[in-house]
Amino acid sequence: MSEPSVPAVPEGVRELDVIGVRHGAFGASGSGDTSGFGGLVEPIVLPAPAIRPFGGWYDEITDEIELSIADRGVPATDAIEKVVIWRDEITYHVRREHLLNFATALRDEPGLRFEICLGVSGVHYPHETGREFHAVYLFLSITHNCRIRVEVSVPEDDAHIPSIVAVYPMNDWHERETWDMFGIIFDGHPALTRILMPDDWPGHPQRKDYPLGGIPVEYKGGTIPPPDQRRSYH
Amino acid sequence: MSTENVSYTSAEAEFDDSIDDEFDPYSGSYDTTEGRVYTVSGGDWDTISAAPEGEKDRIVVNMGPQHPSTHGVLRLILEIDGETVTEARCGIGYLHTGIEKNMEFRSFVQGVTYVTRMDYLTPMFNETAYCLAVEKALDVTEQVPERASVIRVMMMELNRIASHLVALATGGMELGALTAMEFGFRERELVLDIFEMVSGLRMNHAYIRPGGVAQDLPEDGVQKIRETVPLLRKRLKDTVDLLVDNSIWMGRTVGVGYLDLTGCMALGITGPILRATGLPHDLRKSQPYCGYENYEFEVCTETTNDVYGRFLIRIREMEQSLRIVEQCLDRIKPGPVMIEDKKIAWPAQLSIGSDGQGNSPEHIKEIMSESMEALIHHFKLVTEGFRVPAGQVYSAVESPKGELGCQLVSSGGTRPYRVHFREPSFNNLQSVAVMSEGSMIADVIAAVASIDPVMGGVDR
Amino acid sequence: MGLEELPGGVLLTTVEKVAGYARKGSLWPATFGLACCAIEMMAAGGPRFDIARYGMEVFRASPRQADLMIVAGRVSQKMAPVLRQIYDQMPGPKWVIAMGVCASSGGMFNNYAIVQGVDHVVPVDIYLPGCPPRPEMLFDAILKLHQQIQDTKLGSHRREEIRELEAVALTAPTTLELKGLMR
Repeated sequence: MSEPSVPAVPEGVRELDVIGVRHGAFGASGSGDTSGFGGLVEPIVLPAPAIRPFGGWYDEITDEIELSIADRGVPATDAIEKVVIWRDEITYHVRREHLLNFATALRDEPGLRFEICLGVSGVHYPHETGREFHAVYLFLSITHNCRIRVEVSVPEDDAHIPSIVAVYPMNDWHERETWDMFGIIFDGHPALTRILMPDDWPGHPQRKDYPLGGIPVEYKGGTIPPPDQRRSYH
Repeated sequence: MSTENVSYTSAEAEFDDSIDDEFDPYSGSYDTTEGRVYTVSGGDWDTISAAPEGEKDRIVVNMGPQHPSTHGVLRLILEIDGETVTEARCGIGYLHTGIEKNMEFRSFVQGVTYVTRMDYLTPMFNETAYCLAVEKALDVTEQVPERASVIRVMMMELNRIASHLVALATGGMELGALTAMEFGFRERELVLDIFEMVSGLRMNHAYIRPGGVAQDLPEDGVQKIRETVPLLRKRLKDTVDLLVDNSIWMGRTVGVGYLDLTGCMALGITGPILRATGLPHDLRKSQPYCGYENYEFEVCTETTNDVYGRFLIRIREMEQSLRIVEQCLDRIKPGPVMIEDKKIAWPAQLSIGSDGQGNSPEHIKEIMSESMEALIHHFKLVTEGFRVPAGQVYSAVESPKGELGCQLVSSGGTRPYRVHFREPSFNNLQSVAVMSEGSMIADVIAAVASIDPVMGGVDR
Repeated sequence: MGLEELPGGVLLTTVEKVAGYARKGSLWPATFGLACCAIEMMAAGGPRFDIARYGMEVFRASPRQADLMIVAGRVSQKMAPVLRQIYDQMPGPKWVIAMGVCASSGGMFNNYAIVQGVDHVVPVDIYLPGCPPRPEMLFDAILKLHQQIQDTKLGSHRREEIRELEAVALTAPTTLELKGLMR
């Protein structure tokens, strides 16, 4: 079984996106493991940011985007933190202050015309201090037949992101779901309430520090702990 | 979780005599030797929120989660003025299962069994979207054998037929056409027979797995499917004869649930609703996957923007799906159905052994007596699972309801770090308000039936 | 002087038989289809499996007119109070079938969002495992329920039965303590 090795650092990139460290190959510990895999320590590294020129249609799109947001008075380097290209998909990491401008540019510019925002979802990286919550937006352009992804990172103690419902009304329920499941507050959302959990539910279930909440399954003489407390591979 | 009742304050009122001087919502209360007796006459909305200026009556009707016509556990909160709906809101979340969080603790192959139960009428599409995402992250999309891709397309198109049949059946039932329901379920049994023959289960088959499909078609599989297709076509004609150009059906559905292209673009609607506005947007044509570029089929559109148009689109899509299934049957060639890379391919082919259990004797012989490597691979794949490189991918398929997308974030381990599904029904339900405000209560039901939401997918 | 107050004996047994026969003859289910099992329940009402041969094709939308609640599908935390409310609105005698593993025990969803078995909320008469159970399995469950209804005791016979069951239950070991029977 090949373990994924830490990817080689591309030229010009000063740091990799390390989101955590994996200790041991198994989830639970103290189970009498003698294989040695329990002592494995490896960093979890997301794909490295891409350097210009990207090649292919990515350059054209990025040029268009940079010009459009520059037209709106925001220099591109301010708005876009980094660009990641992996498996033929491009992701723009955008700073939250400029998200609304970015979204307006995506919708209105004729060269971009991303009519459909496929929704926002959250990802929780508890070990990436200062950038724990990522809100991932997906955009589809029917006219130009292409897709991009926009990612906004916010710290856990200040999880506010401007809502883009004014630009893309379809995001309404998606933002509510992200609030419900992660606790990211979307400023400017018309009615940010719980949508999937009961209205008075405490906590945000899909965060990594929220337990899965299962109960042990008991049968004649045997007990199986719930999935998040079992000994299993990472 | 009370829906329309006022919160009871009788406990406090018992000890607070000053409430007698104020307006008491529980009209008719009096003291007895054993305490205060209240006559509860139900709550009035006026005591919670005053009606806006000039309004005399404000009736809020709750078409609650348990309702025969709301297409599943959907709560519709309607504010009505006579028979006209002035405001319509959806309450969802009654089927929230926490599937996405649960998948973070299961290996990638086990994830297929979870994913299949989201939109339970289109299990094959859920599985395919997820498997395409996993394969994309593994970067093995080209290595999936062609036979597996053809089988996937065939299963998906059959599932499209089954899903549209249920849409018509339940839509008909909700509007009162109970015969449509019987027709729809009768035809659906033919498709479920094929699914049972191929995968062993009628519904929620964990059939499409990362790298291919779980098991090959049986020897007479192609023949059986070839026989079923013309039968389906003939039976479909029954439903068409019943409902198309039926003046009662048209009276209920023409002009109802109007949502034009601007509305669809504002709300991000995809699927039959978008195609009913005239825009021929179909992911199978614009961003083909699983070899869809090799099949000949049309994208069905209408220009009427209403429930009747969507209904006609669904019928024509079923016919196009039958066309694709026939092309699959012609195109299928013998070959492997799982990827060659033994570190990813699911080791065993399912089969029924002589003792009725699911062990495949040939596979057991191979791993126990012939190949040590095969045994190790089997063990590691079943207990640990394969590892997917760290990163995030998104892959989308055109499900019968719209664009179904799977956003997969992997941290390099054996379990996904985060899986999120962009469900078309979740998005499309936002249009209930736009479609039904201003129309009558019966039209709300027709509009919801035309959106065809499946609450398992909406709530996940 | 109702059905329940007849003196025990042969007369009561005959009344029990007749009442049981009448009650099982056309059980009207309340629509409580939630998820995938609901589709199999609808397929059971379809032409191939035809639940109408048991007189049960009228799925009453109003719980006030129903006697059987088939909880078909996973019950989430948000839905549990609704489930209880519907159960309370059904007039007695009423029965509950927990259809599918999710209704019986939480199924594969052992997590925060699903009630781990609908018997946390309503008393269940028949548990029907399966994911989803085939319509034929649903019929098996219904037939077993018919048998149960046919054998229900009334009046003084019922009180005696309750006393016996209670005595057995107070001394019975819990499932966890039964050993050596993993099969």
